[in-house]
Amino acid sequence: MLAGLCGGLGAVFGSRCQVLRTEPLPPRAFHAGRQQYSSTEILAGLAARVIPDSSRLVAVTSSDLFVPVLTFVFGEAQLEGRCAVVSTCRLRQEFYGLPADAKLESARLLKETVHELGHTFHLAHCENYECVMAPSHAVEWIDLKSSTFCEACRPRVPS
Amino acid sequence: MPNKANLLIVDDELIVRDSLSKWFHEEGYDVAVAEGAQDALQKMAQRQFDLALVDIKMPGTDGVELQRRMHEIDPDLLVIMMTGYASVETAVAALKNGAYDYVSKPFDPEEMAHTVRNALSHRQAQRENTQLRQTLAAVGGPRELTGQSPEMMRVLEAVQTVAPTEATVLIAGESGTGKELCARAIHAASNRRFNPMVVIHCGALTETLLESELFGHEKGAFTGAQYRKKGSFEMAQGGTIFLDEIGDISLKTQTDLLRVLQEHEITRVGSTQPIHVDFRCIAATNKDLGSLIQEGKFRPDLYYRLNVFQIRLPPLRERKSDIPLLVDVFVRRFSASMNKRITRVSPEAMEQLVAYPWPGNVRELENAVERAMVVAQEPELREQDFSLKLAAPAEASRTLEDAERAHILSVLDECDGNQTRAAAVLDIDRVTLHNKLKKYGWKKVTAEVT
Repeated sequence: MLAGLCGGLGAVFGSRCQVLRTEPLPPRAFHAGRQQYSSTEILAGLAARVIPDSSRLVAVTSSDLFVPVLTFVFGEAQLEGRCAVVSTCRLRQEFYGLPADAKLESARLLKETVHELGHTFHLAHCENYECVMAPSHAVEWIDLKSSTFCEACRPRVPS
Repeated sequence: MPNKANLLIVDDELIVRDSLSKWFHEEGYDVAVAEGAQDALQKMAQRQFDLALVDIKMPGTDGVELQRRMHEIDPDLLVIMMTGYASVETAVAALKNGAYDYVSKPFDPEEMAHTVRNALSHRQAQRENTQLRQTLAAVGGPRELTGQSPEMMRVLEAVQTVAPTEATVLIAGESGTGKELCARAIHAASNRRFNPMVVIHCGALTETLLESELFGHEKGAFTGAQYRKKGSFEMAQGGTIFLDEIGDISLKTQTDLLRVLQEHEITRVGSTQPIHVDFRCIAATNKDLGSLIQEGKFRPDLYYRLNVFQIRLPPLRERKSDIPLLVDVFVRRFSASMNKRITRVSPEAMEQLVAYPWPGNVRELENAVERAMVVAQEPELREQDFSLKLAAPAEASRTLEDAERAHILSVLDECDGNQTRAAAVLDIDRVTLHNKLKKYGWKKVTAEVT
């Protein structure tokens, strides 16, 4: 799945993408009461790990993520920063009691990753529901949009 | 989507403020945060917010009390209460105190986005509703500049020329010539037509009241200022402000007005915070501003700023060919409102109307038709339905003052000397009528009559 994501990101951003080795999530990011990981805590640890000569670093996890005021988040990005984190937990059909669909999950992961990276380029949510920067507060919203930027957002992403 | 709205997040927990402000920032909103009641009220003093998300449980002043104080400052502010301890009691208390909604932490992202979006749409609809009601009340039905005479064609052409531009317009003309209608026509044909047009009758307000009316005031700025009030320039945001009787404003207000026209920034009375305002200004006067400048009563720099494009509305006596058309418009309007089937005006009556000098211009003609409609027998307005004093002044003297004197005395005579009724017919206040009668030596005239 990560290899597919890499290819998709390369196509959208027109740059090379590489998969690093798997690492455990920082234990301090785990909230026992909520049984979720704090995306903000994960992001805090990522900044120092961006490898030289690379533009962005994205962490992908199968664990469920949250920020303190919200029940969950699909992902989080450092606004004007270089890192983002995305969870596949709620992108899987099984989470909603439906049969697994690997292709759909991959498509959702690509859209959510491009979306979070868009935030690192100062992009806010877009009103065009087909744009990858459209808000996606539920998984159905992710399925509605494409994995690419609309004409208004595209010029603001360096290629 | 009503994004770019200004949100204020009030919560004593840093982590909540940070994560909520980041989340709303990504949503495209302008976000400010406050760690408590004091901080929130200070932020509100500095800028205007559309919506506040307020935590109920905070040390010191709690959210319910803060909401009450916020509404004292800005009654239009939408407040959504947040709590980590959901209970029916607190929800009811918050909603009773005027909160728009109530949400429990942690929020479902979709629900939160939906609640905020709905709240802002609600606010937008409320604003539009208020503006539409104000516009309808001010217009009181479809009225427009009427006329086919060469003089009025020139005016209508000027309106069409200047309307799509952003130029400031000065409308000059005697009382009753339709200066406000002209301003409305400019606004209606401009790109600002879907935004409000705010009308200020400068002559009707004292200097202090005018200042507060134009620029607004902060809560406590003066005795009686119980709430923050937006001024006319803020109310006209995106639209047009019409300053009628501009020749009547004091030199102090002229200075303030000049600054607003130059900078497009106002400062509410009692505040030091400038607010950017987007408006187009149209001013009107029945006075000779040139003479007022000579007398040192009007600032020349303000005059030049206002007089970018001037439209002169001709008095009715200079466009008598429009009288039949105007009478027709008024007859149709009053027939509908009075539920009377008056379908024509007799040739003799029309001849009389065209001959009359109309010192009170179109407004006087409208009043005369209205009075005649009350007494007229269906289906025709006849000469005797009008009580015009044609012997009047026109031939004896052509000065405006004489015409005004004759008209006032004639109306007063019709009203059996009752000044209150006469003032209503003349559409001026009673004090103005009293002063004019004193000036004309009314008592002496009465004595001659009796």
